[in-house]
Amino acid sequence: MAVGIVGYGSYVPRYRIKVEEIAKQWGDNAESIKNGLLLYEKTVPGMDEDTITISYMAAKYALQRAGIDPKEIGALYIGSESHPYAVKPSGTVVAEALGITPDVHIADFEFACKAGSEAMFVAYSHVKAGNMKYAMGIGADTSQGAPGDALEYSAAAGGSAFIFGTENIVAEVLYTYSFTTDTPDFWRREHEFYPQHAGRFTGEPAYFRHVLSCARALMDMSGLKAEDFAYAIFHMPNGKFPLRAGKILGFKKEQLEPGWIVPWQGNTYSGSSPTGLSATLDIAKPGDLILMVSFGSGAGSDGFIFKVTERIEEVRDKAPKFWDMLKNNKIYLDYGLYAKFRGKIILRPEL
Amino acid sequence: MLTPRVYKEIPQRYRLEANKCKKCGRVNFPPRLVCPNCGSQEFEDYRLPTTGKILTYTVVRTPPVDFKLQKPIVLAIVELEDGTRIMCQVTDLPPYVENYDEIIKIGAPVELVFRKIFSEGEAGIHVYGYKCRLI
Repeated sequence: MAVGIVGYGSYVPRYRIKVEEIAKQWGDNAESIKNGLLLYEKTVPGMDEDTITISYMAAKYALQRAGIDPKEIGALYIGSESHPYAVKPSGTVVAEALGITPDVHIADFEFACKAGSEAMFVAYSHVKAGNMKYAMGIGADTSQGAPGDALEYSAAAGGSAFIFGTENIVAEVLYTYSFTTDTPDFWRREHEFYPQHAGRFTGEPAYFRHVLSCARALMDMSGLKAEDFAYAIFHMPNGKFPLRAGKILGFKKEQLEPGWIVPWQGNTYSGSSPTGLSATLDIAKPGDLILMVSFGSGAGSDGFIFKVTERIEEVRDKAPKFWDMLKNNKIYLDYGLYAKFRGKIILRPEL
Repeated sequence: MLTPRVYKEIPQRYRLEANKCKKCGRVNFPPRLVCPNCGSQEFEDYRLPTTGKILTYTVVRTPPVDFKLQKPIVLAIVELEDGTRIMCQVTDLPPYVENYDEIIKIGAPVELVFRKIFSEGEAGIHVYGYKCRLI
């Protein structure tokens, strides 16, 4: 029985900040960041946006493409490291707003930047096991980066939602695999506002080991080589890492470009590789093979191989496309407004 | 403590659930038990459309304390595609606006979006609902 994505959607906030604006604040050289990390600007959530509202919008667009009754969705999982509540699920608000409740299983996932692919993995597994007709996995974040830290150039906002089912599939899941170890490359302790990272340690032992191992295992499992894929998406903590991972695995830049969104969106953490997949589905053709590998610090990678079906042509125009949302209606912020929007200013209690 | 009231208003705030009079066809939002137009008590469930146009708007420069960080806030009366009129906040506006008339034109098309309306202080619940934004 074929199982795959029956509907997908992404959401991109309208506010932006440029690398130059952040660099100016901290005395950094913007050109070296742009050339070194391949980051140019990033999305900023509005003051009334959070993981719940972003998840809702992405899920709404996924439902528009799937064209199904929301009541038929048996599970909704949201992966994020910026859930608005420490105790109270994001998923209940989103499911209630979409009209999915009460006959639904809800859980919020957390695994640094791979919580979104985790949600997709479990949603897919439920459908494959025959537990339910449809299940939805969402990855969304309003990512945190400490003022003055390198992460501030990349930590962005956005998310994507995927509905899995067995009928009217737009991209069949052919293979899945997860590669996981205990690697302390990036963390945030309870009650801490910003995460910490282990500098250069985050590259080789963390990102590259997990992403490459996961991708290689999937390619071995499937017998597919880099040239067999139309597109590939690797988690995007900056612009450089996914290009390097792709090159090591034998992919060409053209195979990565449609889903290489980080230079202009930033790293949406749990939304990163899922949104790269969504952007790729927006332009994919029937028969295309797509490799997607996420990465979450701590650390692990989830990998999927998808095969796009004829139905992609019918559904892609039923909701806003990723690059249209990213390129249009932008509102640029200066650093002062960015600090206010992100709650980085200490206020009097009455405010 | 707003929590019980917020809970009761979820169908309207989250899903735009209205009702439609079976006798005269009037749409009531929020739903009513008696139709103010014809007195009928028979209704069918009705979900409001999510696109419309700005009929009029006002800028609130001294909003209630829960909205202070968002000031100035813009409130609009929006006529939805089916003719139903609702009042809601306009979101996703540029932070510096000298003349709102240059940005928000009467008749401008809008879409309803799901947003955080406000939070009950530092430790209370987040209250979600609909706002509109220019398309």
